[in-house]
Amino acid sequence: MTPLDKSGAAAGPRPGRPRRRPVRAGRRGVPLPLLVPGLVALAFLLLPLLALLVRAPWATLPDQLTSSEVWAALRLSLLSATAATAVSLVLGVPLAWLLARTNFPGRGLVRALVTLPLVLPPVVGGVALLLALGRNGVVGQLLDSWFGITLPFTTTAVVIAEAFVAMPFLVISVEGTLRAADPRFEEAATTLGASRFTAFRRVTLPLIAPGIAAGSVLAWARALGEFGATITFAGNFPGRTQTMPLAVYLALQNDPDAAIALSLVLLAVSITVLAALRDRWLTGS
Amino acid sequence: MTDTNARRAALVPGSEGAAQGLDAHLVVDRGTFRLDVRLTAAPGDVVALLGPNGAGKTTALRALAGLVPLSDGHLRLDGTALERTAPEARPVGVVFQDYLLFPHLTALDNVAFGPRCQGFSKAEAREQAAGWLERMGLAAHAGAKPRRLSGGQAQRVAVARALATRPRLLLLDEPLAALDARTRLEVRAQLRRHLAEFEAVAVLVTHDPLDAMVLADRLVVIEDGRIVQEGAPADIARHPRTDYIAQLVGLNLYRGEADGHTVRLAAGPAITTTEELSGPVFVAFPPLAVTLFRDRPTGASARNLWRCEVSGLETHGDQIRADLTGELPLAADLTTAAAAELELAPGAAVWATVKATQTHAYPA
Repeated sequence: MTPLDKSGAAAGPRPGRPRRRPVRAGRRGVPLPLLVPGLVALAFLLLPLLALLVRAPWATLPDQLTSSEVWAALRLSLLSATAATAVSLVLGVPLAWLLARTNFPGRGLVRALVTLPLVLPPVVGGVALLLALGRNGVVGQLLDSWFGITLPFTTTAVVIAEAFVAMPFLVISVEGTLRAADPRFEEAATTLGASRFTAFRRVTLPLIAPGIAAGSVLAWARALGEFGATITFAGNFPGRTQTMPLAVYLALQNDPDAAIALSLVLLAVSITVLAALRDRWLTGS
Repeated sequence: MTDTNARRAALVPGSEGAAQGLDAHLVVDRGTFRLDVRLTAAPGDVVALLGPNGAGKTTALRALAGLVPLSDGHLRLDGTALERTAPEARPVGVVFQDYLLFPHLTALDNVAFGPRCQGFSKAEAREQAAGWLERMGLAAHAGAKPRRLSGGQAQRVAVARALATRPRLLLLDEPLAALDARTRLEVRAQLRRHLAEFEAVAVLVTHDPLDAMVLADRLVVIEDGRIVQEGAPADIARHPRTDYIAQLVGLNLYRGEADGHTVRLAAGPAITTTEELSGPVFVAFPPLAVTLFRDRPTGASARNLWRCEVSGLETHGDQIRADLTGELPLAADLTTAAAAELELAPGAAVWATVKATQTHAYPA
């Protein structure tokens, strides 16, 4: 107790008697074998972003960015990432609840399968989506013959590809929050006359809102940057399936300055999202 | 006891009209643990389930609420069988140990939650909730989130929330355990008043004998999943039937065979009592009735005189509680001055006596 009390008192504000000891102790406590690699890692993470800024064609940037192709790609990216996040929310939150709150045989296996897209190379995901939902796919041929619906190489396919890779982030995040949330709140709601679904809607959902927000941001960011599955399953048609990452990659082949400009836009979008949500959940965790 | 028996007679299922109140036989099997408890109570009764940790009190409460399924037995409330009814459909209100107030809702909306679920409109539910908070003296805190409430206020909101559904059975799980000593005194008195006003059956779970005795009309003592004793608080306090209860109410308790004024203990000496009984009996006496001597007291009669050894000492209020082993294991209370004078220390040999008039024997 005593050492704890002492440090607590030292850390707290004491008018008239400034104490510097904790600060000095903090500095003294960083060993070189941790400090040096840590700083290298920081440089490694920041340097490419700096390079992007240094080499940006600032003079021609306005022209680059006002081209209609850029705006079409950006619009498509934002829309499809948002739609993919919405799909992930509507389907992923209930899945997370099932994984966290119910007990069924093989739940561990299901959980592992849910996380598979997290580690699966996105291109493989795209191939798998083609085989499932493509015109000759397992389900796709039924969609085609029964409803005349063809999914591949459409904007819908972009959303599906992005949701496929992004939803696991949301499910894992929400499931973790659900597990940490006290299930007895649901019991309390039940004893007050709430059905299990009402208890979920009126008690659990508000309680896990921060986790859902965090998961949504992760999923949205993942969807925004999606490349492999999208280009495999949805193709690369400007205005229809060409999202920003695809546009960047294509531009890099024949117009590097345009690629840099597009990358800057994506960087700006990412920073904006981080800044907007910083107070909501970054500091909270 | 006769009062309780009369009430229970009115509860026998199949008797004239719908039996009012609670009639439950709770059986919950959980591998190595089995709860098997019969509970009956008339409307207006406050029953306390008292028992050590792990005795099954909370399991019994959860079974009544429907949060734990019954393995066997039955549960009838005002004549309606509830054992297959989902918890949300039972007319049962629960005050949880740590209240479980919904942290994202204000005190008002916490209380309005139940009426809302019962189909009242938002405005009506809030109006009812405001009435309950008013009754609890919490009108000023209606807009506060639970984390802004003190322990005592949160407890009252929890009671209001449970009562707002107008339950026919109110369950309270350790309703005072989360409070500090001073708040506890105050909240206990308030809760007693609210329970006295409550017209249906209330069952509370506690491990604190004082809470049980203050709040309840009837105690049901549970040990190891079974009822070991039930009755009026005063009756149980005077006539404990297990070591656990004797310890709770602060009595030395022994079991033996009575023959006239002498009770011969199964292993150990005899105790002389004023009651004249025969057959298996309990003998109880308070630690304060024990007098300790360093040397064998001369002139004292040899009755109720035992040679013991001090095994432990602890402060007990303004007294010293000495735990003794030896001929008769017992607890003795003495003043600090007396303890010093006797130079009591663990391992010290002492003589302990109890006057026959201070003991109390009753049939086992």
